[in-house]
Amino acid sequence: MEDYEAQEIEFWAKLEEEGMSRSSMLRRSAAAAFGLTVMGSSATALAATRANLAGPPATMTKAGLADLVKAAKKEGHLNTIALPPDWANYGEMMSTFQKKYGIKISNANPNGSSAEENQAVQSLKGDSRAPDAVDDGPAFAISGTAQGLFAKYKNEYFNTIPRAMKDTRGYWVGDYWGAISIGYNANLVKTPPKTWKDLLKSDYHGQVALNGSPLTSGSAVAGVFGAAIANGGSLNDVGPGIDFFAKLKSSGNFIPVQSTPQTVASGQTPISIDWDYLNLGYTKQYPGANWKTTIPADGVYGSYYCQAINASAPHPYAARLWQEFMYSDQGQIIWLKGFTHPARFQDLSKRKVIPKALLAALPSAAIYAKIAFANSGQQTKAKTLIASQWPSKVGS
Amino acid sequence: MSGRRRLPLAWIATVPFFAYTVAFLFLPAGSVITGAFKSNSRGGGWTFSNVTTLFHEPYRHAYIVSIEVSAITAALGAVLGFAVAYAMIRDNTPRIFRGVITTFSGVAANFGGIPLAFAFIATIGPLGIVTVFLRNHGGYELNQHLPLFTQNGVEFVYLYFQIPLAILVIAPAIDGLKREWREAASNLGASSWQYWRHVGIPVLLPSMLGMFILLFGNAFAAYATAYALTTGVVPLIPILIGAYYQGNVLDNPHLAQAMAFGMFVVLAAMMVAYIPLQRRAQRWAK
Repeated sequence: MEDYEAQEIEFWAKLEEEGMSRSSMLRRSAAAAFGLTVMGSSATALAATRANLAGPPATMTKAGLADLVKAAKKEGHLNTIALPPDWANYGEMMSTFQKKYGIKISNANPNGSSAEENQAVQSLKGDSRAPDAVDDGPAFAISGTAQGLFAKYKNEYFNTIPRAMKDTRGYWVGDYWGAISIGYNANLVKTPPKTWKDLLKSDYHGQVALNGSPLTSGSAVAGVFGAAIANGGSLNDVGPGIDFFAKLKSSGNFIPVQSTPQTVASGQTPISIDWDYLNLGYTKQYPGANWKTTIPADGVYGSYYCQAINASAPHPYAARLWQEFMYSDQGQIIWLKGFTHPARFQDLSKRKVIPKALLAALPSAAIYAKIAFANSGQQTKAKTLIASQWPSKVGS
Repeated sequence: MSGRRRLPLAWIATVPFFAYTVAFLFLPAGSVITGAFKSNSRGGGWTFSNVTTLFHEPYRHAYIVSIEVSAITAALGAVLGFAVAYAMIRDNTPRIFRGVITTFSGVAANFGGIPLAFAFIATIGPLGIVTVFLRNHGGYELNQHLPLFTQNGVEFVYLYFQIPLAILVIAPAIDGLKREWREAASNLGASSWQYWRHVGIPVLLPSMLGMFILLFGNAFAAYATAYALTTGVVPLIPILIGAYYQGNVLDNPHLAQAMAFGMFVVLAAMMVAYIPLQRRAQRWAK
């Protein structure tokens, strides 16, 4: 947990570097938010602003929710970005929200990346199509906060989100996490791999794939972290992870194909190192592939994504209601159905509100207990090393 | 009435073209070039460091690989495309072949990206239909001779769209070879080799050079096919640009812009080399 405090300190140091004080930053984002609501062409947004001169709230309480729902319904629209319907069960999340509140969602660029999300917040500033909320990787949530892209907002459940998974000032909150896992096609892979070291066995010649290159894919970076932990490296040193993949490649086990639903369904990537929630999802989506998932016990690594609200959101109330919905028990269980661990998992399980069948579909809680998360400093260090070594060591 | 001069309005027809090129070529290119010289740190001052970084690894190597892949597939595509196009246009080839090949080329030249990569993986990948068939019938290991996930593999896959593009581009030029020239050459006692050496190739050379440049640029800018096939294990510049510009991991759009600027430079150098060659090749036409 200290890691995240370090992350905070680093963040404030960065702010100071720019010579920007906290209050000026707040003023700036408040001004941006106000400016946009007025500029937003939608007359209803304007009316909503007038009705509530205080502007959209920065914290939410049970009592305040009714007003938020009213204002959000008046806006009637929500812009999301980069939410693939088959990822973390976002499809159900969006359709349930639309039905429950009668607010229409436009989801731009469903397969976009975090970088593209932040670029859209910047480049569409003042446009009614700008994303209202983003689902960013932690590095981009932090850099977006530093650039003043996000509004400060503490949802009703803020206190039940683990300290390690949120910006304590409320610029972003972690939404769900996953662990890196090994998925395999049990029809093609006779002896299931259980650990990272197993993958080196000659049985798996031409079978092991990642979900992309660690230069672009967060899941592949997680693969390198996991392999590093299993091979004498650590969160601070992913070098052994890169060497592991170099070894996998020279033995011919590693195939550099990006594993996608198509390659999984057709058996072209018999073993795929990917997020547990994606691998667990494949089992249901492609029964023909006989897809199984293990969390390799010798290197359990996880990462989470973050929700943040655009500081100049065209639908500021709907954006906040969307967050309220996702963090409510109902929303958290929808994420859980997509095999992710939602931010409030501990809280929900303490209150015993998680359906048994859902828990049974996940690998055992004991293995998840070993999970390691990298802080932003460790992430940056890992990326720098990967960017300089991956192309030459694993490349041709 | 007839004395009234009409305003020259023909230029209006060019407005959409120029508006289009300004909006989709010159403005983006301009922003790439200025972006290439900006610092990624906050505040974003001017800097040369992005461009100088390109001379170091892994970028230098990626440029070399990109240029190799583009040049090899352009050369092979041009030669093979020319051979196919000539064979289909020859007098004693049934007309139907031309229709079939041209239609197929029109489709294949535009086939690329993830579907193309997947098509190859599913046929000749480690568990592809053909690979498995050969392994089970005679124990032939296709991937030992044709490893798909290497530079040669990428080149092989690129030929799938390079050859058809070459056919489409060169066919009209071959049409321009008049039968009378060939007859005249034969009448004067020229062998087939002499005809090609002194008539055919000189006439076609400008088109061939133009085609080579087009194929080179086509391969140089290809991105999705190579990424889906190798996730960048074969380091190509467009893949690195993608990594720095739109990934979930690295975030340095200015370095990406510098790499794109480097691609402009490579292509500009090609054009500079091309113009005098083209002029030389066309000398006989004067």
